[in-house]
Amino acid sequence: MIIENSDVILSVRNLTADVDETPILKGLNLEIKAGEIHAIMGPNGSGKSTFSKVLAGHPAYTVTGGEVIYKGQNLLELEPEERSRSGVFLAFQYPLEIPGVSNLDFLRVSYNSKRQHEGLEELDAFDFDDLVRERLDVVKMDPAFLDRSVNEGFSGGEKKRNEILQMALLEPTLAILDETDSGLDIDALKIVANGVNQLAEPDNATLMITHYQRLLDYIVPDFVHVMAEGKILTTGGKELAQELEAKGYDWVKAEDAAEVAV
Amino acid sequence: MTVEVNPEAIAPSSSAAQDRQAYLAHLLVQRPSMNGLDEVRDRALSIAQERGLPSHRDEDWRFTDLSALYQTSFTAPTSTALALQDIDAFILAEAPVRLVFVNGFFAPDLSATDNLPAGLSVSTLADVGNLVELGQQPGMTEVFTALNTASFADVALLRIAKNQVIEAPIHLLFLTTGDTPIITSPRGLVVAEANSAATLIEEYVAVKADSYFTNAVTEVCLGQNAQLHHHRIQREAKTAFHIGKTAVSQDRDSRYALTSLSLGGQMSRHNPMVVPTAGQTDTTLNGLTLAVDKQVADTHSDLSFTGPHCTAQQLHKCIVDDRARAVFNGKIFVPKLAQQTNASQLSRNLLLSTKARVDTKPQLEIIADDVKCAHGATVSQLDDEEVFYLQSRGLDHNSACDLLVEGFASEIIDQLPIAEQRQTLLNAVLSQIR
Repeated sequence: MIIENSDVILSVRNLTADVDETPILKGLNLEIKAGEIHAIMGPNGSGKSTFSKVLAGHPAYTVTGGEVIYKGQNLLELEPEERSRSGVFLAFQYPLEIPGVSNLDFLRVSYNSKRQHEGLEELDAFDFDDLVRERLDVVKMDPAFLDRSVNEGFSGGEKKRNEILQMALLEPTLAILDETDSGLDIDALKIVANGVNQLAEPDNATLMITHYQRLLDYIVPDFVHVMAEGKILTTGGKELAQELEAKGYDWVKAEDAAEVAV
Repeated sequence: MTVEVNPEAIAPSSSAAQDRQAYLAHLLVQRPSMNGLDEVRDRALSIAQERGLPSHRDEDWRFTDLSALYQTSFTAPTSTALALQDIDAFILAEAPVRLVFVNGFFAPDLSATDNLPAGLSVSTLADVGNLVELGQQPGMTEVFTALNTASFADVALLRIAKNQVIEAPIHLLFLTTGDTPIITSPRGLVVAEANSAATLIEEYVAVKADSYFTNAVTEVCLGQNAQLHHHRIQREAKTAFHIGKTAVSQDRDSRYALTSLSLGGQMSRHNPMVVPTAGQTDTTLNGLTLAVDKQVADTHSDLSFTGPHCTAQQLHKCIVDDRARAVFNGKIFVPKLAQQTNASQLSRNLLLSTKARVDTKPQLEIIADDVKCAHGATVSQLDDEEVFYLQSRGLDHNSACDLLVEGFASEIIDQLPIAEQRQTLLNAVLSQIR
């Protein structure tokens, strides 16, 4: 929801970034305020996923210019774990499997690292167990998944639900969903979208990165940005997504080219 | 009893061979005197002398250098009194039956053998005098095994009677203590009669000892349809030498599961050797090796089928850090008689530094033509993407790495029966790699 005069959560100015010395982001600008849901769409190779990983602090990406201010502080100075603890959450496009580590233990360690950061007492195994069982409901997950190794042998849909479960526990200020809808059947998509909608509050914000308009039928964005060639070409409301779906990405590129020509 | 130790038993072919012959003679001189079993010990002594000590030219010792061992002089073990509080850290409340051996000598004051469950008998040489089952298992002519047979001071004998199920784990604790470098020869013998079932925890530890040589042998004889869960935990002092043999025979329909942890010793070697002497047996061989600093940790397993319809699964994992080195050689022999064998072997290795090294070698010899045998080996470092995933969930870099190593180790450690011990060993692993 768009709220008048709400706080700026994320401000990205003229961001450029490389991977293996190849420029991927080429001057990206974006502002996200509390309460808002943003969607970034764009063709493959436009830099969408790179942007999400740069925000989360992935070491393979080197920021070469610009700035990212998160709640008034320079996000780029923080280690990945510090970003997480201060409320930045990235739901991975391909969540990793961690054999031998139980999902429950992983969730507890993760949750307690945030509690510790906030100066709160860590939850013991019993209290955490109660909490996690309550949050399972957000993504309609079977408690049996808690005893299994993290994501090991999970289906694509189960992995994405597990990501949203982590989000439900960590209650991030800025949730970045990197192609969370990719590869999901419609039932799984509805469950995941419903989970994300439940977690959206006036004091947090959501940034969805997606290739398909379909997701936006279930999580309705306040702003849609179209990205290509490492920057945002155009921004509009939710109707922009429908226009894109009808006309394809080439339409935006052509329009952009025309603008430049003028 | 006197047996001449004759260093000239075999004409040495080179000065290095002469040195090894002299070194073997030196070790044999350290045999503690004992009464009984003269014939067995004398025969083993001749075998050891005939065989001679190996060098890196022997295929079985190609990757493991014994020269540091051969340069260390050891003295004969002595029976040393320890108080119960000295071994407090090793006592497992959930394993009420405990046999403790100090420097190879039975320590009745440290052991707990009252209130034995029905069907379990535990004894040492003093109780039984002669042991017909001793030395009957496969692999007894290997030189270090023969050296143990020639040199042991006592034997831990566990017998599980026919049709009896022993619920609680039985704890066999071999510990070494003392300031002087000694050679000890711990010896165990487990006889599980037909249809019996038991769980054994066999553990090697040190109490205030650094440089010593443990040359251990445990024999296991499984009767028809018997079952043994065998957990072997080697956590010697980091400066010790450890060579151990686990020699197992399995009669028809028996089930043997070994979980072997190798954590200690500057040089360690474990040789699990299993021979199913009939068909329809099931064998599980799992192992975890941790090698850090300059440790060399070697596992040579040998599983030789002799009958049909047997199953076996083996998972061996190594974690190697610093300049350490791990070796795994997994031999599986499936002769013509062993049709319908279903065996799998997997060697997984985690290298935590650029100087760490692992040599892993599956060695499957399959003559039978109607079998399923799979094997594989992986060697990897910690995955950067996995580390980042955990960091993105709030774990700092070191905690993320720890958790990944913990996950890798847990797959084996979680098979141990006692939660308290699992935690102790997991902590021991993590404290070494930090």
